[in-house]
Amino acid sequence: MNPGTYNLTGNQACAEGALSSGCRLLGYYPIVPSIEVIERFSKRCPEVGATLIQMEDEISALAAVLGASWTGKKSMTVTSGPGLSLMMEHVGLGVMLETPCVIVDIQRSGPSEGIPNSPGQGDMMQARWGSHGDYEIIALSPNSPQEMFDLTIKAFNLSERYRTPVLIMSDECVGHMTEKVIIPEASKIEIEPRKYYGGPKNKYLPFEWSQDFVPPIVDIGKGYKFHVTGLTHDDKGYPIMNEVCQELNVHRLINKIRLNAPQIIEIEEDKIEDAEVVVVSYGITSRVALNAIQEARKNGIKVGSLRLITVWPFPEKIITKLAKKIKAFVVPEINYGQIVFEVERCSHGNTNTVFVSHKATQVYDSDNILYAIEQGVKEKEIKEKIIEYNK
Amino acid sequence: MNYKRIPYDIDKIKIPQGEIHIIKNRCKGCGFCVEYCPRDVLEMSDEFNAMGYHPPRVKNPENCVNCGLCEMLCPDFAIWSTLKPDCRQASKKKSAEDEKEAKIES
Amino acid sequence: MIKKEDHHPMESLLRMDRIPHIWCPGCGIGTTVTAFIVALEKLKLDFNKVCVVSGIGCTGRVAGYINLDSFHTTHGRAIPFATGIKLGNPELKVVVFSGDGDLISIGGNHFIHAARRNIDLTVICVNNFIYAMTGGQVAPTTPLTAYTTTSPYGNFELPSNVPQLAESAGAVYVARWTALHIRRLTNSIIEALQKPGFSVVEVISPCAMYYSRINRLGDGIDMMKFYHENSVIKHNEPTENLDIDYQKEIIVGKFINRERPTFTDSYNDWLVTEKKAQSKSMI
Repeated sequence: MNPGTYNLTGNQACAEGALSSGCRLLGYYPIVPSIEVIERFSKRCPEVGATLIQMEDEISALAAVLGASWTGKKSMTVTSGPGLSLMMEHVGLGVMLETPCVIVDIQRSGPSEGIPNSPGQGDMMQARWGSHGDYEIIALSPNSPQEMFDLTIKAFNLSERYRTPVLIMSDECVGHMTEKVIIPEASKIEIEPRKYYGGPKNKYLPFEWSQDFVPPIVDIGKGYKFHVTGLTHDDKGYPIMNEVCQELNVHRLINKIRLNAPQIIEIEEDKIEDAEVVVVSYGITSRVALNAIQEARKNGIKVGSLRLITVWPFPEKIITKLAKKIKAFVVPEINYGQIVFEVERCSHGNTNTVFVSHKATQVYDSDNILYAIEQGVKEKEIKEKIIEYNK
Repeated sequence: MNYKRIPYDIDKIKIPQGEIHIIKNRCKGCGFCVEYCPRDVLEMSDEFNAMGYHPPRVKNPENCVNCGLCEMLCPDFAIWSTLKPDCRQASKKKSAEDEKEAKIES
Repeated sequence: MIKKEDHHPMESLLRMDRIPHIWCPGCGIGTTVTAFIVALEKLKLDFNKVCVVSGIGCTGRVAGYINLDSFHTTHGRAIPFATGIKLGNPELKVVVFSGDGDLISIGGNHFIHAARRNIDLTVICVNNFIYAMTGGQVAPTTPLTAYTTTSPYGNFELPSNVPQLAESAGAVYVARWTALHIRRLTNSIIEALQKPGFSVVEVISPCAMYYSRINRLGDGIDMMKFYHENSVIKHNEPTENLDIDYQKEIIVGKFINRERPTFTDSYNDWLVTEKKAQSKSMI
């Protein structure tokens, strides 16, 4: 797309972001409210020569994306809550095969089918723990169409950099919101190249231990004759099922994200240096919280804001550090408590955690958050439980 | 060999002679090669290999015509046959002659 | 194929550091792999451009033994994974090597839709009538009245007829052989590899450890003898007649060989026409 300023919905911006970062294959299964990403992509297909395929279900959609990624094509899939549940099988495979790809989840309310066309943030924990076994994952949470564009590019860069599936945890509100999106010139978009292997062909190890735990990759059809498997494998990719191999394999997969977390984590802070209360928010809730924060500051409360752009890996150290000096965290979410438990865990009982729960289907009344901020400042002793507030 | 009708070019044809190679320790003793050898070359042996199976052994080496069926049927990649060195040259010559004939015919 | 005295002729296409393989004595999967390797060598393909994708199960392990770019994926998802590979790089020859449970049961949906789209894949389905890797459970292809560990009083579910399923879903090449019809099987795999589009080769293979033991059918060699006596070659037989009954005659042969545009062809045509239309409208 030509550089310039456009009026785009979050979903359209996501498709544009994907195309700008060089994504040339989208495997999908249609699901509300993520359709507009696919519609935009399909319209632009002939122009850029991209491939689009509607698979028979979400399971195969992500399977095809993983397969395509091994041929050297940047690829992604788009879905919503019920689809993400089906994709979990291949999130696990993607992590195990260390395949770069992007999964966009435009969250809706649940459980099960829920209400298709209403916002929710109920997939946050599924994104982290949904597939079985031990693994670490990267998830980003945009809060505006511009960020849908930027973070889609960032997601591709992270997935190439760390050889892992990256999730974009957006929601229906951001997806369907129309806003100004600035598309920069192609030369100004930073694109992380794939880390290819350059050594002799017969010595290639698909899962080699390297310094940053990220092994170099090769494409299919280049004569490396490699084997990869979803079973516990050694550095050659051969299945070896013993405890030593399991330990080496999973340990590296986890360390790859955990030890590189400081480079991955991106947060947006506002006045947290002298804050008494810090609002921890992500996605659409961070925009609702803005109003409450302003109101509270007008009322003389020292409120800071911490917006999670990278939700997973969770910015544990920052939260722990903050917990020692503030009176309370306020965590608004469109669910019955997911990220709030992470915040409470990381505060190690040093401060109160006030949870502003909101049922899915609508965004907050910012008064609720304001009231929670006021409550948080008033609390004198540290409660054992999360303080839940509903007006 | 008994022929119902003796081919008129029988003097030109040389029956290929094969040689069987067996990697005993790879064999799992399924017996496919012994059962389906069309020339009854193989038999099961009494000895045990490293995995505890009875590998086949060559009973009638002169019968083998290098058809390669044992090699294709073996699920364990443990047996194969090669042309005997003296036959190899003969067959090469023969094929060269055939090519000449084919050229002449065309 | 160059034959030497000291090396097995197929060693170049096998991962020799993993041989001996895990398959039981009397299993037909190794024989099917042999047929596949011979087919590849006869075709003289560029082996760098051939890729094998397997699912889970006994046959799912094939990918781990063939010395090509090979993928051992999740249960039933070999076909969609291979679809992705084919779309990502249409130059590659993608072979899906998997079992009946993997392709017809858990991957049944993917099988149908890949055939409908006519993705250019070669599917080799090794049918041993049972889930062998998990210890002999009833499979979608287990013949009626056959015993398995989970049908101890005989199977009462109607089994799938793989060639008929493939034909009705739109496959362009369908053949069935037993592991004993090794040369015909090789020829069929050669034809399937050359055929553009979704081609299916079903291989009836003995399972000596689970299927034949619980049914008292003897060893792998006895199963092979049964195939020898009871398989009938009927080329172009209507696929509805290809049901397999317990210990009855097995019809083998080449059943379907037809032409249909592949997904990649149709997609490229669409791209080209759309591109032209768009450039015209721009002017």
